[in-house]
Amino acid sequence: MSPQQKFWTVMGAVLALLVVASLIGWVLARRARSDGAGEVVANLNARIGAWWWMVAILCVCFLLGRVATLVLFALASFFALREFLTLTPTRRGDHLPLVLCFYLAIPLQYWLIGIDWYGLFAICIPVYGFLLLPAITALGGDTESFLERTTKIQWGLMLTVYCISYAPALLLLHVPGYEGQNLLLLLYLLLVVQISDVLQYVFGKLFGRHKLAPSVSPSKTVEGLLGGGLSAVAVGAGLWWITPFSLWGSAGMSLLIVVAGFLGGLALSAVKRSLGAKDWGQMIEGHGGMLDRLDSVSFAAPVFFHVVRYTLM
Amino acid sequence: MITARILVGLVRLLVGAHGRWLGCEPKPVQRIYFANHSSHLDTLALWAALPPLLRQRTRPVAARDYWGKGGLRGFIAEHGFHAVYIERDREHREGDPLEPLCEALAAGDSLIIFPEGTRSPDPLPQPFKAGLYHLARRHPQAELVAVYLDTLHRAMPKGSLLPVPLTCMVRFGRVLRLAEGEDKESFLQRAHAAVVELA
Repeated sequence: MSPQQKFWTVMGAVLALLVVASLIGWVLARRARSDGAGEVVANLNARIGAWWWMVAILCVCFLLGRVATLVLFALASFFALREFLTLTPTRRGDHLPLVLCFYLAIPLQYWLIGIDWYGLFAICIPVYGFLLLPAITALGGDTESFLERTTKIQWGLMLTVYCISYAPALLLLHVPGYEGQNLLLLLYLLLVVQISDVLQYVFGKLFGRHKLAPSVSPSKTVEGLLGGGLSAVAVGAGLWWITPFSLWGSAGMSLLIVVAGFLGGLALSAVKRSLGAKDWGQMIEGHGGMLDRLDSVSFAAPVFFHVVRYTLM
Repeated sequence: MITARILVGLVRLLVGAHGRWLGCEPKPVQRIYFANHSSHLDTLALWAALPPLLRQRTRPVAARDYWGKGGLRGFIAEHGFHAVYIERDREHREGDPLEPLCEALAAGDSLIIFPEGTRSPDPLPQPFKAGLYHLARRHPQAELVAVYLDTLHRAMPKGSLLPVPLTCMVRFGRVLRLAEGEDKESFLQRAHAAVVELA
């Protein structure tokens, strides 16, 4: 099969699943009796609705190619950083560093992917950004909670720009024998991460008994993690034919993605709570904000990228 | 129309500016929206937060010394949100400074005003100037709606050129009316409290 055929085969399956999910949601909404059940079903349906949007965006991305994909992820970084910093108390003295994060760091990071400059892409924010931003903040002269302020800005930048940019950076990889198919690798990453999220949610709602980290994320359960995670690994393994991996290799990669994604969701829940919020924002209906959807991607993408790069290049 | 649309799109992209109607409904009646003022984005954010139908009949009151100097800003103020200019500089004033506002109200438009008169560096507003009271007295038919804009003092603080994209929520509070025989001080304090309670 050509990459196009592979893409549309996978998308066909995803669309069929979504149609089934939408039908189930519709039936549940008609049968929900109590207010509580109605609320759960409404939340489920909002999630399904948002999924339609995400799939539509992915298709557009695939149809329009590399530049569109980069622009799209740059926008995702933009909105994620906006959410992160909205919840982060900043002061007047942080204005210039923040302006640089939005108007310099984001375009630069994605431009480096666009021109295939791996070396600078990988160190630009962690080295130059890391050193330059606090220096600029210091020039502003405000030392009040200086370390807390600079740390929070750097965390936001690393997470929402650097880490998320690793997803489209998969286009940078030159895997021998897999030329011209890298968008499938991106599709693979996003599908496994998101399906893992959904299945953990579904398994947790159906069988969840033992809370995993109640003070951090009350909805995460052991049953949800195991059931959802392993099912997602199975789905990922079943997608081996769109990847450069063998069947077992694909299972291993999916396991890696699921574990990293889970840790991302957990760590970011803790960050969110320490900033005093339940959701990152209200951008995606039923999903909270952009970061509520991308938390697991932000952890899974860099790990997946580097493991693929190390093992296959 | 096109300018207004582009402008609203840009405001959404930068600061979100989604409205929350906590104390009243978005109804097409004549209103004077009054809010805290901490950045040059306030005018645009409040105006963009209104539903399109209301937005068409709502004109922000803008300082002539900032929005009325032509260029891109002047274009935005005139063709984007149809500003009603107010003269802040006493030396340039002739006659009643509230005259253009009263004309707009007489024509049936709603207004957006920032009764502090100038931007405050803090999240909470400074004491209000008397303009709001005089408008309330002269135009009792207009509903006075308290509005609170959060986050914008961080997005574009006084003295900065570029806005930092941070999500701003625009909270619409309750309708206020000037009571029979109420004096200026107590009315302005009441109006101020109505904005503060939304913070």
